Amino acid sequence: MVLLLEQLLNGLQLGVMLFLLAAGLTLVFGIMGVINLAHGSLYMVGAFAAAWVAAQTGSALLAVPAGLAAAALAGMAVELLVLRRLYARDHLDQVLATFGLILFFNQGAILLFGRQPLFVDIPEGLRGAVEIIPGVPYPAYRLAILAVGLLVAAGLYGLIRHTRTGMLVRAGATHREMVRALGVDVRKLYTLVFGLGALLAGLAGLMAGPIFSVQVGMGEQILIMTFVVVVIGGIGSVRGALAGALLVGLVDTLLRAYLPALLRGAMQGPDADALAAGLASMGVYLLMALVLLLRPRGLFPAHA
Amino acid sequence: MIERRTLLRAAGATAMAPLLARPALAQSATGQGAALKIGMITTLSGPGGYLGQDIRDAFALAMEMEDGRLGGTPVRLLVEDDALKPGQGKQIAERFLKNEKIRLMTGVVFSNVLGAVAPDVLDSDGIYVSPNASPSTFAGRECHRNFWSVAWQNDSLHESAGQAAMNLGFKRMFILAPNYQAGKDAITGFKRFYKGQIAGEVYTRLDQTDYAAEMAQIRAAQPDAVYQFHPGGLGIAFLKQYVQAGLSATTPMVLASPSMDSTTLAAVGEAALGINVTAQWNSDFDNPASRRFVEAFTAKYNRTPTYYAQQGYDTALAIGAALKGTGGSVEDLAAFRKAMQPASFESPRGRFAFGANQHPVQDWFLLKVERGADGKPALVTKGKVLENHTDAYAGQCRM
Repeated sequence: MVLLLEQLLNGLQLGVMLFLLAAGLTLVFGIMGVINLAHGSLYMVGAFAAAWVAAQTGSALLAVPAGLAAAALAGMAVELLVLRRLYARDHLDQVLATFGLILFFNQGAILLFGRQPLFVDIPEGLRGAVEIIPGVPYPAYRLAILAVGLLVAAGLYGLIRHTRTGMLVRAGATHREMVRALGVDVRKLYTLVFGLGALLAGLAGLMAGPIFSVQVGMGEQILIMTFVVVVIGGIGSVRGALAGALLVGLVDTLLRAYLPALLRGAMQGPDADALAAGLASMGVYLLMALVLLLRPRGLFPAHA
Repeated sequence: MIERRTLLRAAGATAMAPLLARPALAQSATGQGAALKIGMITTLSGPGGYLGQDIRDAFALAMEMEDGRLGGTPVRLLVEDDALKPGQGKQIAERFLKNEKIRLMTGVVFSNVLGAVAPDVLDSDGIYVSPNASPSTFAGRECHRNFWSVAWQNDSLHESAGQAAMNLGFKRMFILAPNYQAGKDAITGFKRFYKGQIAGEVYTRLDQTDYAAEMAQIRAAQPDAVYQFHPGGLGIAFLKQYVQAGLSATTPMVLASPSMDSTTLAAVGEAALGINVTAQWNSDFDNPASRRFVEAFTAKYNRTPTYYAQQGYDTALAIGAALKGTGGSVEDLAAFRKAMQPASFESPRGRFAFGANQHPVQDWFLLKVERGADGKPALVTKGKVLENHTDAYAGQCRM
């Protein structure tokens, strides 16, 4: 029972991490109609910038704004220099261009930082473990990630539901042409949305630094899962991204944790472990297939 | 609908991103026209890129220390990046064989790439000397007279870790490895020498970054120690999360060298203190050959050499010894084999010999991560784990 609670927390924490990435991706896709494969690269930029500043200054407080700023600026630069030329073009062109950006960012990171993974330490105050459930120490840093993720979700809700910018974002997601026809400066809105998405990706990247490995190509690893989240949640819907991310996080974690034990009851030990590992890694994709079968537009379709 | 389909396709394309080709590198160490060409196919891009980089740099260092020669023969090293893609490795091998007319090749880091490269080289009467990947395929029944491994046979890494766990007196072990061939080999190799109880056996995913679920399972099983095989970035993430879960304080860890080299150590930092590692060599070895190598490597590249660097260096020395015996020719394969087999070079590892299947027979050592003189964590050699260790497949090899 205690173990189940711990695993649920683990699942939620992976979920909010995915949410930070998925929120930006789904907004960009829903509003601008652009498939941004380089979203994972912005996550990497955030992680590298924060890691570098932390190593140079020894201060986590400076590393956070550095990571956020680097990712947001990189994102807006990409929008201004590359994507702006691609809005009217076919999806295939966008995929090719942003795929090229992945190579560009990866090679750039190798030139600047080398192939060796960077070292990032957990900030002083978050190093220990907290006993939220008696007898089970849970890492304070992971709780912090969970808290930040939920705060961001609440903040995004407020921004999108209750501000003028949010209204434009919502309108842009559902009636893009109409917003343009009403005289809204769509180009500015696009740059803003893209910058916001990049900022969130950078936030995910800088928080991932101390627990994952900060290295070239780290963005592509997690981007696949993010795409799954976006498809499950419904393209263009931030609410869907949150639901999809938490669902994917929970399903992935719980399958990895409990499937081997379940199968071991039915078959030989080593065979059960190998089969369970295979099934668990298919889990989120099976979930995606199931959602697509029952609700082809995702859980919370934006273009209702 | 169309949008979603495009998005799914895009996700598929991203999966390929780390594998995409990068521009090839060719480097010539000497200007001589008649130099013997050696082809190096290795992994330089992606998360595994630093492994190939160390092999390449150390091989080039050995050449430089002899003024662009190996065993007195002027050589030219051609390096190409396989990007951890078997198909690309195979194409490079074909180009090396047909266009460049290279007979002597080396460099492959990963076993799956080797599986595509080596058969081509061997079938066209080329020689392949492996600085790293050495799967059971080329050590047992399918061993080949023109295939040499200067590193180890893959299983030995994990066999030595299993023996180390026995020596350290751990009665219940929890073992984890990614769900792919090398991961399964790791578990098999470990269990071949570890005779205690297995408290849990978990297969992780190759693309996994979060190990929280596994940490909770380890804590629930309460083992004496943990053995895990997660090379490169996977291992860094695993170790960090192991410490953050508070497990390092209660449960020691035993590792094979690919999960803990000096690069991984620099990325993990303090978290690695107290971890046991087995390896065939370590940068603190106190013999003249090792000191000379470490000094030269650190001076030239300004970083501590990893095991991979040492393997690349030994590969160059082994080839040099063979070239010395044949007077610089690789045309007469029988003569080359005869000159290669005695392994008449001074390895930084100390004792080194080739077994009947042309794989190393060598000692394995226990290292421990401790605070070094400068206060930073460093790998410190503790003692021998296995002596004159050959591999489990040598008996099946009939040359």
